[in-house]
Amino acid sequence: MNLPSDRKEITKLQELTYELRVEDAMTRTVFTVGPDASMADFREVLRANRISGTPVMENGAMIGIVTIENLIKSLAAGELQVTVRERMHPKPITLFADEPLVHAVARFSEHRYGRFPVINRQGQLVGIVTQGDIVRSMLKHLEVSYRAEEIHRYRASHIFEDIIADEMALVLGYRVRPRDFSRAGEASSGLKRTLSRLGIPPAIIRRVAVATYEAEINIVVYSTDGGEIVAEVRRDRIKIEAMDRGPGIPDIAQAMQPGWSTAPDWVREMGFGAGMGLPNIQTCADVMKLDSTVGVGTHLTIIINLSKEDRAQPSR
Amino acid sequence: MKLNEVLQIIEGKVISTVADLEAEVTSGGGADLMSDVLVFAQEGMLLMTGLTNPQVVRTAEMAGTAAIVFVRGKIPPPETIALATQKGIPLLASQFTMFETCGRLYQAGLPALDLFELTIQQWHDAFEGRG
Repeated sequence: MNLPSDRKEITKLQELTYELRVEDAMTRTVFTVGPDASMADFREVLRANRISGTPVMENGAMIGIVTIENLIKSLAAGELQVTVRERMHPKPITLFADEPLVHAVARFSEHRYGRFPVINRQGQLVGIVTQGDIVRSMLKHLEVSYRAEEIHRYRASHIFEDIIADEMALVLGYRVRPRDFSRAGEASSGLKRTLSRLGIPPAIIRRVAVATYEAEINIVVYSTDGGEIVAEVRRDRIKIEAMDRGPGIPDIAQAMQPGWSTAPDWVREMGFGAGMGLPNIQTCADVMKLDSTVGVGTHLTIIINLSKEDRAQPSR
Repeated sequence: MKLNEVLQIIEGKVISTVADLEAEVTSGGGADLMSDVLVFAQEGMLLMTGLTNPQVVRTAEMAGTAAIVFVRGKIPPPETIALATQKGIPLLASQFTMFETCGRLYQAGLPALDLFELTIQQWHDAFEGRG
Protein backbone atom coordinates (compact mmCIF):
# COMPACT_ATOMS: atom_id res chain seq x y z
CA MET A 1 0.00 0.00 0.00
CA ASN A 2 2.99 2.32 -0.16
CA LEU A 3 3.07 2.76 -3.89
CA PRO A 4 2.55 6.33 -5.02
CA SER A 5 -0.32 5.23 -7.26
CA ASP A 6 -2.15 3.92 -4.20
CA ARG A 7 -1.72 7.22 -2.45
CA LYS A 8 -3.31 8.97 -5.36
CA GLU A 9 -6.31 6.69 -5.14
CA ILE A 10 -6.66 7.37 -1.43
CA THR A 11 -6.69 11.09 -2.10
CA LYS A 12 -9.27 10.53 -4.81
CA LEU A 13 -11.40 8.60 -2.31
CA GLN A 14 -11.14 11.44 0.18
CA GLU A 15 -12.16 13.84 -2.54
CA LEU A 16 -15.15 11.69 -3.37
CA THR A 17 -16.42 11.84 0.20
CA TYR A 18 -16.68 15.60 -0.28
CA GLU A 19 -18.24 15.43 -3.72
CA LEU A 20 -20.86 12.84 -2.90
CA ARG A 21 -23.82 13.50 -0.64
CA VAL A 22 -25.35 11.17 1.90
CA GLU A 23 -28.33 10.67 -0.44
CA ASP A 24 -25.98 9.30 -3.14
CA ALA A 25 -24.97 6.46 -0.84
CA MET A 26 -28.06 5.77 1.28
CA THR A 27 -30.57 2.97 0.80
CA ARG A 28 -33.92 4.52 -0.04
CA THR A 29 -36.08 1.55 0.86
CA VAL A 30 -36.28 1.69 4.63
CA PHE A 31 -37.87 -1.09 6.66
CA THR A 32 -39.40 0.22 9.86
CA VAL A 33 -41.20 -1.15 12.91
CA GLY A 34 -43.83 0.37 15.17
CA PRO A 35 -43.06 1.01 18.86
CA ASP A 36 -45.72 -1.44 20.01
CA ALA A 37 -44.34 -4.39 18.04
CA SER A 38 -42.68 -7.05 20.19
CA MET A 39 -38.97 -7.81 19.97
CA ALA A 40 -40.02 -11.17 18.49
CA ASP A 41 -41.80 -9.29 15.65
CA PHE A 42 -38.70 -7.16 15.23
CA ARG A 43 -36.59 -10.32 14.89
CA GLU A 44 -38.83 -11.40 12.01
CA VAL A 45 -38.34 -8.05 10.24
CA LEU A 46 -34.58 -8.41 10.49
CA ARG A 47 -34.64 -12.03 9.34
CA ALA A 48 -37.05 -11.54 6.46
CA ASN A 49 -35.18 -8.52 5.04
CA ARG A 50 -31.64 -9.53 5.98
CA ILE A 51 -30.94 -6.27 7.77
CA SER A 52 -29.54 -5.46 11.20
CA GLY A 53 -31.56 -2.52 12.45
CA THR A 54 -34.56 -0.30 11.64
CA PRO A 55 -35.96 3.07 12.61
CA VAL A 56 -38.99 3.01 14.87
CA MET A 57 -41.91 4.99 13.44
CA GLU A 58 -44.99 6.26 15.22
CA ASN A 59 -47.66 8.32 13.39
CA GLY A 60 -45.26 9.10 10.56
CA ALA A 61 -42.49 10.36 12.84
CA MET A 62 -39.27 8.60 13.73
CA ILE A 63 -39.08 8.17 17.49
CA GLY A 64 -36.11 5.83 17.80
CA ILE A 65 -33.92 3.16 16.31
CA VAL A 66 -33.76 -0.50 17.23
CA THR A 67 -30.89 -2.77 16.26
CA ILE A 68 -29.66 -6.34 16.38
CA GLU A 69 -27.75 -5.48 19.56
CA ASN A 70 -31.01 -4.68 21.34
CA LEU A 71 -32.39 -7.96 20.05
CA ILE A 72 -29.42 -9.97 21.33
CA LYS A 73 -29.79 -8.43 24.78
CA SER A 74 -33.51 -9.25 24.78
CA LEU A 75 -32.76 -12.80 23.68
CA ALA A 76 -30.17 -13.22 26.43
CA ALA A 77 -32.64 -11.94 29.00
CA GLY A 78 -35.41 -14.12 27.57
CA GLU A 79 -37.56 -11.03 27.02
CA LEU A 80 -38.78 -11.41 23.45
CA GLN A 81 -42.32 -10.29 24.32
CA VAL A 82 -41.33 -6.81 25.50
CA THR A 83 -42.18 -4.00 23.10
CA VAL A 84 -39.72 -2.31 20.80
CA ARG A 85 -40.51 0.95 22.60
CA GLU A 86 -38.88 -0.40 25.77
CA ARG A 87 -35.70 -1.55 24.05
CA MET A 88 -35.10 1.01 21.28
CA HIS A 89 -32.61 3.89 21.39
CA PRO A 90 -34.77 7.02 21.53
CA LYS A 91 -33.63 10.14 19.65
CA PRO A 92 -31.27 8.48 17.20
CA ILE A 93 -28.45 10.47 15.61
CA THR A 94 -29.49 11.31 12.06
CA LEU A 95 -27.82 12.62 8.94
CA PHE A 96 -29.26 15.06 6.42
CA ALA A 97 -29.65 13.72 2.88
CA ASP A 98 -27.85 16.73 1.39
CA GLU A 99 -24.84 16.62 3.73
CA PRO A 100 -21.50 15.65 2.19
CA LEU A 101 -20.71 11.99 2.63
CA VAL A 102 -17.64 12.88 4.69
CA HIS A 103 -19.98 13.84 7.55
CA ALA A 104 -21.36 10.30 7.52
CA VAL A 105 -17.83 8.88 7.55
CA ALA A 106 -17.02 11.09 10.56
CA ARG A 107 -20.20 10.02 12.40
CA PHE A 108 -19.34 6.36 11.90
CA SER A 109 -15.87 6.76 13.38
CA GLU A 110 -17.21 8.94 16.21
CA HIS A 111 -20.03 6.61 17.37
CA ARG A 112 -19.70 2.96 16.69
CA TYR A 113 -23.20 2.51 15.33
CA GLY A 114 -23.90 0.29 12.35
CA ARG A 115 -26.31 2.66 10.59
CA PHE A 116 -27.76 6.16 10.65
CA PRO A 117 -31.26 7.15 9.57
CA VAL A 118 -31.22 9.87 6.91
CA ILE A 119 -33.74 12.72 6.97
CA ASN A 120 -34.48 15.62 4.63
CA ARG A 121 -34.46 19.23 5.79
CA GLN A 122 -38.17 18.90 6.66
CA GLY A 123 -37.26 16.16 9.13
CA GLN A 124 -38.84 13.31 7.16
CA LEU A 125 -37.14 9.94 7.04
CA VAL A 126 -35.89 9.41 3.47
CA GLY A 127 -33.30 6.64 3.82
CA ILE A 128 -30.81 4.78 5.91
CA VAL A 129 -27.05 4.54 5.49
CA THR A 130 -24.57 1.87 6.62
CA GLN A 131 -20.79 1.75 6.20
CA GLY A 132 -21.35 -0.87 3.52
CA ASP A 133 -23.55 1.59 1.58
CA ILE A 134 -20.76 4.18 1.72
CA VAL A 135 -18.11 1.78 0.45
CA ARG A 136 -20.37 0.54 -2.36
CA SER A 137 -21.29 4.02 -3.55
CA MET A 138 -17.67 5.21 -3.43
CA LEU A 139 -16.46 2.22 -5.42
CA LYS A 140 -19.19 2.75 -7.96
CA HIS A 141 -18.39 6.44 -8.41
CA LEU A 142 -14.67 5.79 -8.45
CA GLU A 143 -15.12 3.30 -11.23
CA VAL A 144 -17.40 5.63 -13.16
CA SER A 145 -15.09 8.64 -12.88
CA TYR A 146 -11.98 6.59 -13.54
CA ARG A 147 -13.52 5.05 -16.62
CA ALA A 148 -14.87 8.38 -17.81
CA GLU A 149 -11.41 10.00 -17.64
CA GLU A 150 -9.81 6.92 -19.25
CA ILE A 151 -12.31 7.05 -22.08
CA HIS A 152 -11.73 10.81 -22.54
CA ARG A 153 -8.00 10.23 -22.58
CA TYR A 154 -8.19 7.26 -24.88
CA ARG A 155 -10.52 8.92 -27.35
CA ALA A 156 -8.71 12.23 -27.31
CA SER A 157 -5.19 10.88 -27.60
CA HIS A 158 -6.15 8.89 -30.70
CA ILE A 159 -7.64 11.80 -32.52
CA PHE A 160 -4.38 12.49 -34.36
CA GLU A 161 -4.12 8.89 -35.49
CA ASP A 162 -7.74 8.37 -36.38
CA ILE A 163 -8.11 11.29 -38.69
CA ILE A 164 -6.65 10.75 -42.14
CA ALA A 165 -5.29 13.94 -43.58
CA ASP A 166 -1.97 15.40 -44.59
CA GLU A 167 -2.56 18.30 -42.29
CA MET A 168 -4.92 18.56 -39.37
CA ALA A 169 -5.49 20.99 -36.57
CA LEU A 170 -7.72 20.91 -33.55
CA VAL A 171 -9.13 24.33 -32.75
CA LEU A 172 -10.29 25.07 -29.20
CA GLY A 173 -12.04 28.33 -28.36
CA TYR A 174 -12.57 29.90 -24.94
CA ARG A 175 -14.38 33.11 -24.05
CA VAL A 176 -12.92 35.45 -21.43
CA ARG A 177 -15.06 37.91 -19.51
CA PRO A 178 -13.72 41.36 -18.61
CA ARG A 179 -12.95 42.37 -14.99
CA ASP A 180 -14.30 39.13 -13.54
CA PHE A 181 -11.33 37.99 -11.52
CA SER A 182 -13.25 35.17 -9.86
CA ARG A 183 -13.39 33.35 -13.20
CA ALA A 184 -10.00 34.36 -14.52
CA GLY A 185 -8.05 31.22 -15.29
CA GLU A 186 -10.98 29.05 -16.35
CA ALA A 187 -10.01 29.19 -20.01
CA SER A 188 -6.39 28.25 -19.25
CA SER A 189 -7.52 25.53 -16.88
CA GLY A 190 -9.80 24.05 -19.56
CA LEU A 191 -7.05 24.18 -22.17
CA LYS A 192 -4.56 22.60 -19.78
CA ARG A 193 -6.90 19.69 -19.06
CA THR A 194 -7.67 19.17 -22.74
CA LEU A 195 -3.99 19.10 -23.72
CA SER A 196 -3.38 16.53 -21.00
CA ARG A 197 -6.14 14.34 -22.48
CA LEU A 198 -4.57 14.75 -25.90
CA GLY A 199 -1.40 13.21 -24.52
CA ILE A 200 0.79 16.31 -24.84
CA PRO A 201 3.89 16.02 -22.57
CA PRO A 202 3.61 17.79 -19.17
CA ALA A 203 6.57 20.14 -19.74
CA ILE A 204 4.94 21.50 -22.90
CA ILE A 205 1.54 21.74 -21.20
CA ARG A 206 3.07 23.77 -18.40
CA ARG A 207 4.54 26.32 -20.83
CA VAL A 208 1.23 26.58 -22.66
CA ALA A 209 -0.71 26.88 -19.38
CA VAL A 210 1.48 29.64 -17.92
CA ALA A 211 1.57 31.65 -21.16
CA THR A 212 -2.20 31.29 -21.69
CA TYR A 213 -2.96 32.20 -18.09
CA GLU A 214 -0.87 35.38 -18.37
CA ALA A 215 -2.71 36.26 -21.58
CA GLU A 216 -6.08 35.47 -20.00
CA ILE A 217 -5.33 37.69 -16.98
CA ASN A 218 -4.43 40.51 -19.38
CA ILE A 219 -7.80 40.21 -21.13
CA VAL A 220 -9.64 40.13 -17.78
CA VAL A 221 -7.76 43.15 -16.46
CA TYR A 222 -7.41 45.42 -19.46
CA SER A 223 -10.00 44.62 -22.12
CA THR A 224 -13.13 46.70 -22.49
CA ASP A 225 -15.52 43.91 -23.52
CA GLY A 226 -13.55 40.77 -22.79
CA GLY A 227 -12.15 38.63 -25.54
CA GLU A 228 -11.35 35.14 -26.59
CA ILE A 229 -8.57 32.62 -26.53
CA VAL A 230 -8.22 30.24 -29.45
CA ALA A 231 -5.77 27.37 -29.31
CA GLU A 232 -4.86 25.50 -32.45
CA VAL A 233 -3.25 22.15 -31.72
CA ARG A 234 -1.29 20.47 -34.50
CA ARG A 235 1.07 17.52 -34.50
CA ASP A 236 4.07 19.79 -34.60
CA ARG A 237 3.03 22.84 -32.61
CA ILE A 238 0.44 24.57 -30.44
CA LYS A 239 -0.63 28.07 -31.40
CA ILE A 240 -2.51 30.20 -28.91
CA GLU A 241 -4.20 33.41 -29.94
CA ALA A 242 -5.54 35.81 -27.34
CA MET A 243 -7.73 38.50 -28.83
CA ASP A 244 -9.65 41.37 -27.30
CA ARG A 245 -11.55 44.41 -28.48
CA GLY A 246 -9.88 47.45 -26.97
CA PRO A 247 -8.45 49.56 -25.57
CA GLY A 248 -5.17 48.51 -27.23
CA ILE A 249 -1.55 49.09 -26.22
CA PRO A 250 -0.07 52.48 -27.21
CA ASP A 251 3.60 51.46 -26.96
CA ILE A 252 4.31 47.76 -27.41
CA ALA A 253 8.07 48.03 -26.79
CA GLN A 254 7.37 49.67 -23.45
CA ALA A 255 4.74 47.06 -22.53
CA MET A 256 7.28 44.33 -23.22
CA GLN A 257 9.76 45.72 -20.69
CA PRO A 258 9.88 43.64 -17.51
CA GLY A 259 8.32 45.66 -14.71
CA TRP A 260 6.33 48.04 -16.89
CA SER A 261 2.67 47.98 -15.95
CA THR A 262 -0.41 50.17 -16.08
CA ALA A 263 -2.40 47.85 -13.81
CA PRO A 264 -4.86 49.55 -11.45
CA ASP A 265 -4.66 48.96 -7.70
CA TRP A 266 -7.41 46.32 -7.55
CA VAL A 267 -5.34 44.15 -9.86
CA ARG A 268 -2.17 44.63 -7.80
CA GLU A 269 -4.09 43.69 -4.67
CA MET A 270 -4.84 40.36 -6.35
CA GLY A 271 -1.10 39.78 -6.76
CA PHE A 272 -0.89 40.66 -10.44
CA GLY A 273 0.04 43.65 -12.52
CA ALA A 274 3.75 43.57 -11.80
CA GLY A 275 4.63 44.04 -15.45
CA MET A 276 5.97 40.52 -15.85
CA GLY A 277 3.14 39.03 -17.91
CA LEU A 278 4.28 39.77 -21.45
CA PRO A 279 7.98 39.08 -20.77
CA ASN A 280 6.99 35.80 -19.14
CA ILE A 281 4.84 34.83 -22.12
CA GLN A 282 7.84 35.50 -24.34
CA THR A 283 10.01 33.23 -22.20
CA CYS A 284 7.47 30.40 -22.37
CA ALA A 285 6.88 30.76 -26.10
CA ASP A 286 9.00 29.72 -29.06
CA VAL A 287 7.41 32.51 -31.09
CA MET A 288 5.45 35.46 -29.74
CA LYS A 289 3.78 38.16 -31.78
CA LEU A 290 1.90 41.11 -30.35
CA ASP A 291 -0.27 43.35 -32.52
CA SER A 292 -2.26 46.14 -31.02
CA THR A 293 -4.13 49.17 -32.24
CA VAL A 294 -5.32 51.77 -29.77
CA GLY A 295 -9.10 51.92 -29.78
CA VAL A 296 -9.42 48.68 -31.73
CA GLY A 297 -7.88 45.83 -29.78
CA THR A 298 -4.96 43.56 -29.10
CA HIS A 299 -4.04 40.31 -30.80
CA LEU A 300 -1.41 38.17 -29.15
CA THR A 301 -0.07 35.07 -30.88
CA ILE A 302 1.98 32.47 -29.02
CA ILE A 303 3.54 29.44 -30.68
CA ILE A 304 5.02 26.54 -28.74
CA ASN A 305 6.67 23.86 -30.86
CA LEU A 306 6.52 20.16 -30.20
CA SER A 307 9.71 18.33 -31.05
CA LYS A 308 9.48 14.87 -32.65
CA GLU A 309 9.80 13.21 -29.21
CA ASP A 310 7.15 15.52 -27.76
CA ARG A 311 4.44 14.66 -30.24
CA ALA A 312 1.25 13.19 -28.91
CA GLN A 313 1.77 9.66 -27.75
CA PRO A 314 -1.42 7.63 -27.62
CA SER A 315 -1.91 6.34 -24.09
CA ARG A 316 -2.21 2.78 -25.32
CA MET B 1 10.61 16.71 1.38
CA LYS B 2 7.20 15.32 2.28
CA LEU B 3 4.32 17.60 3.27
CA ASN B 4 4.28 15.79 6.61
CA GLU B 5 7.78 17.02 7.34
CA VAL B 6 6.94 20.51 6.08
CA LEU B 7 4.07 20.65 8.57
CA GLN B 8 6.34 19.68 11.45
CA ILE B 9 9.08 22.13 10.52
CA ILE B 10 6.74 25.11 10.21
CA GLU B 11 4.52 23.87 13.08
CA GLY B 12 1.69 24.33 10.62
CA LYS B 13 -1.87 23.20 10.08
CA VAL B 14 -3.65 21.66 7.10
CA ILE B 15 -6.49 23.89 5.92
CA SER B 16 -7.67 22.31 2.69
CA THR B 17 -10.33 19.67 2.97
CA VAL B 18 -8.20 17.23 1.00
CA ALA B 19 -4.45 16.90 1.44
CA ASP B 20 -2.13 14.02 0.69
CA LEU B 21 0.56 14.56 3.31
CA GLU B 22 2.78 11.91 1.74
CA ALA B 23 3.15 14.09 -1.36
CA GLU B 24 6.67 15.36 -2.11
CA VAL B 25 7.74 18.95 -2.66
CA THR B 26 11.04 19.35 -4.47
CA SER B 27 11.80 23.03 -3.88
CA GLY B 28 10.38 26.10 -2.20
CA GLY B 29 9.75 29.75 -2.98
CA GLY B 30 7.96 32.69 -1.38
CA ALA B 31 6.09 35.56 -3.02
CA ASP B 32 2.98 37.67 -2.60
CA LEU B 33 3.18 38.66 -6.23
CA MET B 34 1.50 36.07 -8.41
CA SER B 35 3.05 37.69 -11.47
CA ASP B 36 6.43 36.69 -10.06
CA VAL B 37 5.27 33.20 -9.15
CA LEU B 38 4.28 32.63 -12.77
CA VAL B 39 7.79 33.60 -13.80
CA PHE B 40 9.89 31.64 -11.31
CA ALA B 41 7.67 28.70 -10.34
CA GLN B 42 8.89 25.16 -10.91
CA GLU B 43 6.93 21.95 -11.17
CA GLY B 44 6.60 20.34 -7.72
CA MET B 45 7.52 23.46 -5.72
CA LEU B 46 6.06 24.57 -2.40
CA LEU B 47 4.70 28.11 -2.58
CA MET B 48 4.78 30.35 0.50
CA THR B 49 2.48 33.35 0.22
CA GLY B 50 0.57 35.92 2.25
CA LEU B 51 -2.04 36.35 -0.46
CA THR B 52 -5.23 34.34 0.04
CA ASN B 53 -7.51 34.96 -2.97
CA PRO B 54 -8.53 32.12 -5.33
CA GLN B 55 -6.11 33.32 -8.00
CA VAL B 56 -3.30 31.96 -5.81
CA VAL B 57 -4.73 28.50 -6.46
CA ARG B 58 -5.19 29.19 -10.18
CA THR B 59 -1.60 30.37 -10.38
CA ALA B 60 -0.44 27.26 -8.55
CA GLU B 61 -2.45 25.08 -10.92
CA MET B 62 -0.95 26.66 -14.03
CA ALA B 63 2.58 26.69 -12.66
CA GLY B 64 2.45 23.09 -11.40
CA THR B 65 2.93 24.06 -7.74
CA ALA B 66 2.62 20.98 -5.48
CA ALA B 67 1.23 22.75 -2.40
CA ILE B 68 0.67 26.22 -0.90
CA VAL B 69 1.58 27.53 2.58
CA PHE B 70 -0.21 30.67 3.78
CA VAL B 71 2.12 32.60 6.08
CA ARG B 72 1.56 35.02 9.00
CA GLY B 73 -1.43 33.01 10.25
CA LYS B 74 -3.59 34.01 7.29
CA ILE B 75 -6.53 31.76 6.53
CA PRO B 76 -7.89 31.89 2.97
CA PRO B 77 -11.60 32.47 2.27
CA PRO B 78 -13.88 29.47 1.52
CA GLU B 79 -13.79 30.06 -2.25
CA THR B 80 -10.00 29.62 -2.25
CA ILE B 81 -10.28 26.40 -0.24
CA ALA B 82 -13.06 25.13 -2.53
CA LEU B 83 -11.00 25.75 -5.67
CA ALA B 84 -7.96 24.05 -4.12
CA THR B 85 -10.08 21.03 -3.22
CA GLN B 86 -11.39 20.87 -6.78
CA LYS B 87 -7.88 21.09 -8.20
CA GLY B 88 -6.38 18.72 -5.63
CA ILE B 89 -3.80 21.23 -4.37
CA PRO B 90 -3.07 20.91 -0.61
CA LEU B 91 -3.23 24.13 1.46
CA LEU B 92 -1.23 24.58 4.68
CA ALA B 93 -1.03 27.44 7.16
CA SER B 94 1.92 28.79 9.13
CA GLN B 95 1.67 31.31 11.95
CA PHE B 96 5.22 32.50 11.27
CA THR B 97 6.25 35.34 8.98
CA MET B 98 7.22 34.70 5.38
CA PHE B 99 10.90 35.05 6.33
CA GLU B 100 10.74 32.59 9.20
CA THR B 101 8.56 30.06 7.36
CA CYS B 102 10.94 30.03 4.39
CA GLY B 103 13.98 30.12 6.68
CA ARG B 104 12.91 27.08 8.67
CA LEU B 105 12.32 25.06 5.52
CA TYR B 106 15.55 26.17 3.86
CA GLN B 107 17.49 25.32 7.00
CA ALA B 108 15.86 21.89 7.05
CA GLY B 109 17.14 21.26 3.54
CA LEU B 110 14.30 22.27 1.20
CA PRO B 111 16.16 23.70 -1.81
CA ALA B 112 15.48 27.12 -3.31
CA LEU B 113 14.27 27.44 -6.89
CA ASP B 114 16.75 27.62 -9.72
CA LEU B 115 17.41 31.04 -11.17
CA PHE B 116 15.04 31.67 -14.01
CA GLU B 117 16.14 32.62 -17.50
CA LEU B 118 14.38 35.96 -17.29
CA THR B 119 16.04 36.80 -13.97
CA ILE B 120 19.49 35.91 -15.25
CA GLN B 121 18.92 38.04 -18.31
CA GLN B 122 17.76 41.07 -16.31
CA TRP B 123 20.64 40.77 -13.86
CA HIS B 124 23.10 40.55 -16.67
CA ASP B 125 21.63 43.55 -18.47
CA ALA B 126 21.61 45.63 -15.29
CA PHE B 127 25.05 44.88 -13.86
CA GLU B 128 27.25 42.93 -16.15
CA GLY B 129 26.26 43.97 -19.63
CA ARG B 130 27.47 47.56 -19.28
CA GLY B 131 31.12 46.68 -19.71
